[in-house]
Amino acid sequence: MAMPQTKPAPVATTDIAVSARSVSKTYGETEALRDMTIEFPRGQLTSLLGPSGCGKTTLLKIIAGLLEPNSGTIEVNGKPVTGPGEDRAFVFQDFALLPWASVMRNVAFGLELRGVAKSEREAIAAKYIADVGLKGFEKSFPHELSGGMRQRVGLARALSVNADVLLMDEPFSAVDEQTRRKFQEDLLSLVQNENKTFIFVTHSIEEAVYVSDQIALLLPRPSRVSEIIRPSGLRMKDVDNIRRDPEYLDTVDRIWALLRSYVE
Amino acid sequence: MTLYGYRLPAMSSLILWGLLWEAIGQMEVSFFVPPLSEVIVTLFEVVQTSAFQKALWETAYAFLAGVFFSIVIGIPTGILMGKNRLIDELLLPWVNIFLSVPLTALVPVLMVLFGFGMTSIIITTTLFAIWIIILNARVGVMQINRSLVDMARSFGASPWDAFVKIYFWAALPEILGGVRIGIIRAVKGVIIGQLLISIVGFGALFELYSNNFLMSHFWAVLLVLFALAFSISELLAMLERRVAYYAAKR
Amino acid sequence: MTDQSQRTLATAASQGRPPLTKPARRDFFGRLTPALVKHRPLVLKLVSAAVVFGAWEIAGRIPVSYAFPTFIESMAALWSMTVDGSLFVAYGETLKPLVVGILISTFIGVAVGMWIGLAKWADWLFSPIFIVMQAAPLAALIPLLVMIYGIGLTSKVFVVCIMAMPVIVLNTAGAVRNTPSSFIEMGQSFLASRAEVIGKIILPAASPVIFSGLRLGVSAGFIGAILAELKITPTGVGDIISYSRSVADYASMYAAIFSIIVLAVVFLNLLERIELTLFEGNARGYASD
Ligand SMILES: Nc1ncnc2c1ncn2[C@@H]1O[C@H](COP(=O)(O)OP(=O)(O)OP(=O)(O)O)[C@@H](O)[C@H]1O
Ligand SMILES: [Mg+2]
Repeated sequence: MAMPQTKPAPVATTDIAVSARSVSKTYGETEALRDMTIEFPRGQLTSLLGPSGCGKTTLLKIIAGLLEPNSGTIEVNGKPVTGPGEDRAFVFQDFALLPWASVMRNVAFGLELRGVAKSEREAIAAKYIADVGLKGFEKSFPHELSGGMRQRVGLARALSVNADVLLMDEPFSAVDEQTRRKFQEDLLSLVQNENKTFIFVTHSIEEAVYVSDQIALLLPRPSRVSEIIRPSGLRMKDVDNIRRDPEYLDTVDRIWALLRSYVE
Repeated sequence: MTLYGYRLPAMSSLILWGLLWEAIGQMEVSFFVPPLSEVIVTLFEVVQTSAFQKALWETAYAFLAGVFFSIVIGIPTGILMGKNRLIDELLLPWVNIFLSVPLTALVPVLMVLFGFGMTSIIITTTLFAIWIIILNARVGVMQINRSLVDMARSFGASPWDAFVKIYFWAALPEILGGVRIGIIRAVKGVIIGQLLISIVGFGALFELYSNNFLMSHFWAVLLVLFALAFSISELLAMLERRVAYYAAKR
Repeated sequence: MTDQSQRTLATAASQGRPPLTKPARRDFFGRLTPALVKHRPLVLKLVSAAVVFGAWEIAGRIPVSYAFPTFIESMAALWSMTVDGSLFVAYGETLKPLVVGILISTFIGVAVGMWIGLAKWADWLFSPIFIVMQAAPLAALIPLLVMIYGIGLTSKVFVVCIMAMPVIVLNTAGAVRNTPSSFIEMGQSFLASRAEVIGKIILPAASPVIFSGLRLGVSAGFIGAILAELKITPTGVGDIISYSRSVADYASMYAAIFSIIVLAVVFLNLLERIELTLFEGNARGYASD
């Protein structure tokens, strides 16, 4: 490939939060993932970028322990994944909010299922509700919120369980452009401030370049990693200037050049 | 409907129909249609008779028992069908058949098997109500948003938690919808059962009045019955609307 | 996190490696009998029928009741009724009020339903009657109908009509009322006349729901037709049921009931098939995922 790429440096295992090794997954006749190997460094945000239907959701669900791979292993913090665990939290593309429960209960739901006492979990939830900017909406119901606000409820719920790894499946796809930009900035500061590992699925090249420490480009089905791109210089820049940065623009162009062939 | 700027309340046209009834009755167009006023006067007499109260009690008893059995059997069966493909495929054809088949034809069988009494009527009522309850509970469980289930699993919900906190609530609008239609069907079932078996409840009362040509008695009982059935159906629709706010938002 | 070179790098390790050829996991049935898997719905239907009829046979042999013939006895009775033609004669009788009643209900029901759906005042005037009829146990009217129209065909047709009509009217009215207003506005923007809007937009848009109302109406009409034969005068299949019960020929009674159920199922399935063929496009429009 024409892409300049740094040679893979030997990596201390402690630095890798999540790793997928030779993961394959077939749905009946459809081969979604074939021998996929990818590592996610701790404290960083990795985007999965690839054509629709290439298996991004599938990979995320396998990491979450919601799906079982046909072969291969997933390790989180060095331990193989056998099912859902407290070290991972999922942000659903369609929010997956309980329509019959208030914002407070929705945000506290993960803690509720983990058996945290009511007063304690509501205190934690209240903090995250405020963090995502929904203070005052604790008693509202999902149908009374806008799409962006619902998405924030889903985000607050995932954050409130304080998992090491956040799995986000196109979390901003249902919100308007302004909200989306706001979320992207919030996400950047979240990555900065919390030592969490983010795995982030998106369809937007610009978004991926803007928020990611590394971007994994996936091939069409059966999916493998085609390339890893690290817009490393950008992370040092001031958030407000990233979109004007030449490296940002170059990286976007480069990725588009690579992905274009799949679209055509 | 608005008239000269006034919004006429829903169902207010029934007053007009009542007046028409009264007029036809006063003009003595037909022996079979006594004036509404006469029917209403009779109504107040009839409801005080012990024959009416006995019929009402017997009907209510059979109705409530039938509804009870169809809910208690129907909802778990439907949920089970929604969760288990094999059970679903084995039972679904039968549920569909009995949902639309003329159940009246089965009443003679019930009569020879269970006698001419309460048992047969209760079973008839159950048979009328249960299939739609099963079917709706099944649909309710099947349409539960996959993400909700995944979400609960990703937080490590136990099967019991998932059932109590997700499945039941997520399927509730459909379940209630099924129960509402089931109950309306049960009202019809209990009356059909009584008419065919005819020595209990309103069936017997109708027989008595029509054999003696007591027209206003007949209409009075009919009015009471229709009003009761309509109130039940409206009440249930109201209850259902209270959970409808989230039915569309899953 | 200042030194970028210390940042770790994920590896795209699979490139160039031969693909892992591991066959997809198949379940037990899948390997054994692919044909069985392919026809699974049909096979399970047959299994399900076999279980129920088998249980019937066993219950009949115990017997659970003196009035409970075995499945085989009942089928034998059905066969002899079919062979000597009495079943066909009976259905000739039974279907008469049913067909007449359904036809009347369809024409009047769809017309009134359209009217209710299109005109506000018709909605106000007529809707309440059909809403009450839909909720009320109309079977209670039968003794009255018998008093007025006697025990002949008229009463039976009436019974079928009062059972079938409300659902047809309400479905039609609802479907017409719920025609998306953008459809109608589209028509108006092309200067369609009122008649054209009704005939070319509202009616086609509403027809799937109208048709399913008809199917429900037929189902209710069946109930009415059998009820009429059992309650008013035993004719047709109702006569076979009543007569064989009175002479304790339970096998014939069960056979007659069985035949009604089969007839209703076949007929309603046929209607559903027609519905699917007629409105295939509409169904496709809603396809998602
Ligand atoms: N439950 C399933 N049954 C059968 N095939 C499935 C299932 N889920 C996904 N697939 C198939 O697997 C492939 C990958 O699906 P996946 O949802 O992971 O794609 P994706 O990359 O998330 O796509 P998108 O960007 O459109 O969300 C698709 O081709 C899809 O058809
Ligand atoms: Mg996806």
